[in-house]
Amino acid sequence: MRKQAVAIVGAAETTELGKIPRMSQLQLHADAALNTLTDAGLKVSDIDGVATAGESPTGVAHYLGITPKWVDGTSVGGCSFMIHVRHAVAAIASGLCTTVLITHGESGRSQIGRGGFRSAAASLSGQFEAPYGPMGPSTLFTLPVLRYMKDYGLTHEQLAMVAVVQRQWAGLNPRASYRDPITVEDVLNSRMIAYPFHLLECCLVTDGGGALILTSAERAGDFPKPAVHIWGSGESVETPMISQMEDLCSSRAFAVAGPAAMADAGISHADVDHMMVYDAFAHLPIYGLADLGFCERGEAGAFIAEGHTAPGGRLPLNTNGGGLSYMHSGMYGMYALQESVRQLRHIAPAQVPDAEISLCLGVGGMFGASGCIVLGRQAKD
Amino acid sequence: MAAQKPTRALPKPTPETEHFWEGTKARELRLQRCDECDHVYFPPRPFCPRCSSRTVSVFRASGKGTLASYVINERPHPAFEGPYSIALVDLEEGPRMMSNIVGCAQTPESLVLDMPLQVTFEVQNDEITLPMFEPVGANDA
Ligand SMILES: [Zn+2]
Repeated sequence: MRKQAVAIVGAAETTELGKIPRMSQLQLHADAALNTLTDAGLKVSDIDGVATAGESPTGVAHYLGITPKWVDGTSVGGCSFMIHVRHAVAAIASGLCTTVLITHGESGRSQIGRGGFRSAAASLSGQFEAPYGPMGPSTLFTLPVLRYMKDYGLTHEQLAMVAVVQRQWAGLNPRASYRDPITVEDVLNSRMIAYPFHLLECCLVTDGGGALILTSAERAGDFPKPAVHIWGSGESVETPMISQMEDLCSSRAFAVAGPAAMADAGISHADVDHMMVYDAFAHLPIYGLADLGFCERGEAGAFIAEGHTAPGGRLPLNTNGGGLSYMHSGMYGMYALQESVRQLRHIAPAQVPDAEISLCLGVGGMFGASGCIVLGRQAKD
Repeated sequence: MAAQKPTRALPKPTPETEHFWEGTKARELRLQRCDECDHVYFPPRPFCPRCSSRTVSVFRASGKGTLASYVINERPHPAFEGPYSIALVDLEEGPRMMSNIVGCAQTPESLVLDMPLQVTFEVQNDEITLPMFEPVGANDA
């Protein structure tokens, strides 16, 4: 029996992105949720399922006045929202609820009403990583890259080109935080944050939010905006400690979640018109392209540097400008999903002509988790 | 009154990791090996992550390893002076661990991937001694 199809029928971000010091983190969730309800032409009383990360689903549901029959508080970092989409599809398909709201809001820059997260001294990362002086993702997420450079010939210039290409996309997007063109020299001359990573190879830190509403695809025609169909999904986790990755040159979670989503969707690489790979740092698209089989490991850096993912290239990637140039609140996955939806609704500022299939790959923690969603402009079959 | 030097984020041992931290106090790097399947693993836990056997033994590792990867953090950290390496060390026995590379310049020129390393121990306080790594031969000069 074929499982019931599910579609995204509402999608929106917070009214503003960037620096939003007059809103708490919880209000960013609500601002995105209210914009998304408007987008879908729905009322809060129509929502019977809530999923979120960063805040508790209890807190978000109560703040918005929702009485859910289904909740999901899966919180495994920035790809939690991809995993919420996957879980919501299963919940709607099995009749646990009919209409799910997934929210994200994060006061990453202004730090208004945001809970802290520091690893406890008795946790394994607290005992075996924190003593060596890591200062957040810029010194942890970046750790495997010198290994990748040595083993697969990735160059400093190719890594810099990831930022250059994404700035090209951002230049086409009025909502992007940084839009001025940059060169490889600009990247390599920007301040060193944690060798080999320069400032322009690290993500922004901004405030913002986004939300999605999902329901049965049978109702897809009942909403004011075009529905976007969920074709397939995958999820996995690997390790909370980057030092314990199985292979420093591959994300095991990518390699599980990505192929699972493509198999679920019944698509091949050639079917993908548009792709998002969560880019907290410049090496992530390189890992993503290789772990999902779009390139060989040794070729992914050159593939990007040669312009294949740039405007006009054959695999348009991170078309909003990505975490490097568009925005990055901390858990960026929601913004990658929003861009996939915009591309398939054909309303993206940097629209990929005739985009029919989008693949959206998220990462959580420091290569700790992954969720992957394949979306289609049309219903599957 | 002299200002106390800020310390690193120090570990808090648990029952499962106590043998490791007792080991570093005795200037030993202790790992665990599965008695059923011979798998050597880290970080510590009282069962084998490969075959789930609870029959495992603690042993003293050689303290030898190689430099698997690293970054050099350029942002100021209260417990470190100047830029410092955060490194991944592949131990001779198989597991990988995070550490700092000491006893050499904190530069890409001095920190060469796959170079041989040996463990050294840095006392933090009465309870905690941290294992660090230095290039082989760093103390011979
Ligand atoms: Zn075993």
